[in-house]
Amino acid sequence: MSNNIEEAKKIIEEVLSVYPEKTRKKREKHLNVFQEGKPDCGVKSNIKTVPGVMTIRGCAYAGSKGVVWGPIKDMIHISHGPVGCGQYSWAARRNYYIGTTGVDSFVTMQFTSDFQEKDIVFGGDKKLEKIIDEIEVLFPLNNGITIQSECPIGLIGDDIEAVSKKKSKEHNGKTIVPVRCEGFRGVSQSLGHHIANDTIRDWVFDKKTGKPIETTPYDVAIIGDYNIGGDAWSSRILLEEMGLRVVAQWSGDGSIEELINTPKVKLNVLHCYRSMNYISRHMEEKYGIPWVEYNFFGPSKIAESLRKIASFFDDTIKENAEKVIAKYEALTKATIEKYKPRLADKTVMLFVGGLRPRHVIGAYEDLGMNVIGTGYEFGHNDDYQRTTHYVKDGTIIYDDVTGYEFEKFVEALKPDLVASGIKEKYVFQKMGYPFRQMHSWDYSGPYHGYDGFTIFARDMDMAINNPVWQMAKAPF
Amino acid sequence: MRQIAFYGKGGIGKSTTSQNTLAALSEMGKKILIVGCDPKADSTRLILHEKAQNTVLSLAAEAGTVEDLEIEDVMKTGFRDIRCVESGGPEPGVGCAGRGVITSINFLEENGAYDGVDYVSYDVLGDVVCGGFAMPIRENKAQEIYIVTSGEMMAMYAANNIAKGILKYANSGGVRLGGLVCNERQTDREYDLIEALAKRLNTQLIHFVPRNNIVQHAELRRMTVLEFAPESSQAEEYRQLAKKIDANAGKGTIPTPITMDDLEELLMDFGIMKSVDESLIGKKVDEVAIA
Repeated sequence: MSNNIEEAKKIIEEVLSVYPEKTRKKREKHLNVFQEGKPDCGVKSNIKTVPGVMTIRGCAYAGSKGVVWGPIKDMIHISHGPVGCGQYSWAARRNYYIGTTGVDSFVTMQFTSDFQEKDIVFGGDKKLEKIIDEIEVLFPLNNGITIQSECPIGLIGDDIEAVSKKKSKEHNGKTIVPVRCEGFRGVSQSLGHHIANDTIRDWVFDKKTGKPIETTPYDVAIIGDYNIGGDAWSSRILLEEMGLRVVAQWSGDGSIEELINTPKVKLNVLHCYRSMNYISRHMEEKYGIPWVEYNFFGPSKIAESLRKIASFFDDTIKENAEKVIAKYEALTKATIEKYKPRLADKTVMLFVGGLRPRHVIGAYEDLGMNVIGTGYEFGHNDDYQRTTHYVKDGTIIYDDVTGYEFEKFVEALKPDLVASGIKEKYVFQKMGYPFRQMHSWDYSGPYHGYDGFTIFARDMDMAINNPVWQMAKAPF
Repeated sequence: MRQIAFYGKGGIGKSTTSQNTLAALSEMGKKILIVGCDPKADSTRLILHEKAQNTVLSLAAEAGTVEDLEIEDVMKTGFRDIRCVESGGPEPGVGCAGRGVITSINFLEENGAYDGVDYVSYDVLGDVVCGGFAMPIRENKAQEIYIVTSGEMMAMYAANNIAKGILKYANSGGVRLGGLVCNERQTDREYDLIEALAKRLNTQLIHFVPRNNIVQHAELRRMTVLEFAPESSQAEEYRQLAKKIDANAGKGTIPTPITMDDLEELLMDFGIMKSVDESLIGKKVDEVAIA
C-alpha cells in the first residue's frame, strides 16, 4: 500500500509543478493522499479559491436559495436582485414535491425582483413590498415568503428585515423571512447554508408556534435530505416501516408547518451534515433534541444506519429495524448478483459537495467497486474527519479541486467512472471516460434507500458498460 | 473643451465657490455646463435661482430607465446661459447614490450634453466615499481637480484624502490636481498654512478667497455674487480665480499626499497645534492637570 501512497504523492507533485510558485503553495495544502490511521485527510478546506483557477464552487445565494430554502414547497422564494441569479437557479435541483405547482406549491417556479438601474440607485425596498403584495393576490395559498438576497442588496444596504416585519404585520402575521445570503459572502455556498439555517432559527422557530399537533414517542424529522429525484421518499418509507413517525422533511418536499413543528420531535436524523448541522445543533441545545447522522446509500450503510437510528428508541423499534433490513435482503441480493459481476473492481473518482464525497463510497463498495479519489467542493475540516471512516489507504484527496487538477488526476489514475457535476460531465465524456452526474443523479434517482440502491447500481452499470466507449477510441 | 471638478470637505463652500467662479468664466465668454453630482441636487441653485427640480435620476426613475430620457428634459439654462444638470439621487439612507453618479454622467456623455461647451464642471459631494463619487476623476472625465479647503484641520485632512483619490487615478487616467482654493475661515495664519500644504501636496494655492458677508447676502437671494453685486470686491476675487483657472490648462500636477503624522506636524510648525508629549495622548483634561 505504501507504494500506492508514494505514487499518488508523485502525481500530486507533478500536477502542482505547473502552477506559479504562489498558487502552488496555496494549492498544495488542499491536495493529499489519505493514510490509514490519520485523524483527517491531511488537507486544508473552507478557504478562498485561488483567483484564476476554474473552481466548481457556488456562492452563498446558491447555498440558501438553491439548497436549504428552495425546496420548501409551500413558500415563495423571491430572488431579490438582478434577474440572472434567479434565472440560473430556476426550477431548483430536481427537488421533487407533491402539490399543485402555482396553486399551493411553488418550487419549480421562479420569482425575482428583476432589479433595474433605478432600483440600485433608489433602493429596492418599495419594489419588494409591491412584489409581496402581488404575491398575496396572485398566489393566496402560499404559506410564507423568503427573500433571498443577491449581491447588490448587501452593497446598497436595503433594509429587507424592515420590509419583512412590515409586510408580515400587514398580511396577518404571515411568515416572511429575510435572508442575507449575498453571493459575495464567504468562500463558497457553505456560508449560505449556515445563514439559511440561522434564519430558520430566528424567523421561524423564535417567531412561530404553529397549530398544536399530536405527538408520539416515535416522532423524528429527516434533516438534510433535499428529495432529489425522490431521495427523501425512499428514505422515509424505511423509517416508517421501522415504526417511526416522520413529522418533517428538511427540506425536500417540506413545508413551513413541518419546520415549525420540528422542535416537537424526539430525534433529528441528519443526512447532509454540512448543510444542516447548524440547525440540528441548535435544536439540541435549545430543545434538547438529540441528532444522529446516517447514510442511506447502499445496503451496508443503510443497515448500519437503521440500527444506529433504532438505538435511540425502544426494543420494538430495534426489532423492527432488523425486520426492515431482512425485508429488503432479497432485493439487495438480486441487485448485487446482477450488477456486481459487471462492476466489480471498477474504479471511481468522485468530486461532489455536501455529504456525497464520503456517503456514496459505501454504495460503490457494495457493488465491488473502489473509490480511488474524492474531494469536497465546500467541505470543512469536520467533513474530512468524517471521511476517514470511508476512504481506503492511498486514496487521493482533493479539496475545492480546480478544473486543471481534476483533469490531470483523472488522466493519471484512469478511473473507470468519474462521478461529479454537470460542469465536469462533458469534459470527461469527451476525454472518453464514463461519467455520472452526482448532484442531481443525471435526471435519474432516487439513490437513497434500498429502492434507490437498485437504481444507483443500474445507472452506474449503464454508464460504465455502455458500448459507446468502445467506439469512442481515437484513431491516433 | 476642458473638464474640471470641484471637490472638498462637506460644507466648505464648494458649490458657492464653483458657481461664482463659473459665472466669472462665463463673463469671459466661455460656454459652461455644470454637472451637479450631489444627491442633494443643490450644485446649480445660484445659477438657476432655484433648486433644480428635474434631476436625471428622478426623471429616469419615473420614466423607467435612463434610456427613456431626452437631454432637454434634464438640462436647464440659467444666469448668462450657463447650462445646468443635476444628477440627483436617492434620499439619505437608501439605495446607492454612487451608482447614480455613474449612471448620470454616462447618460450625459452619450447624449451629447457636452457638445459646444468650453467648460464642463463637476461639483461632487464632500468625501469620495466610494467608486461612484470618484467617477469625475476617472479616465476621460475631469482633467484638473480643484480642491476647496480652509485652514481648519478637518478641511485639510479631507483635501489630503482627495489628493489620494486623484493620485490613484493620475497614472491610469491622466487626471491632475489643478490646485487648492482656500475659502477663508479666518483661522490662524491660514494663507501660509494652505500655501505650505499645497507645496507638500506638490500643487499650488491657486487662490485665496477672502471671507465676505456679501456671499451670504447673494446666497439668500439664490444668486451668485457676480450677478448680485458685480461691482463688489468679492466678485473681483472670483474673476481672478476664474482667470487663474483658465490660464492653468495643462499645468496640473500629480499630487503627493502626506500622512496624518505629516499633517499634524505641519499644523505644529505653524503653531496651530502645540507639540504634544507622547505620554499625554489619550489623556482627559483632569488627568493631564494632575500630571
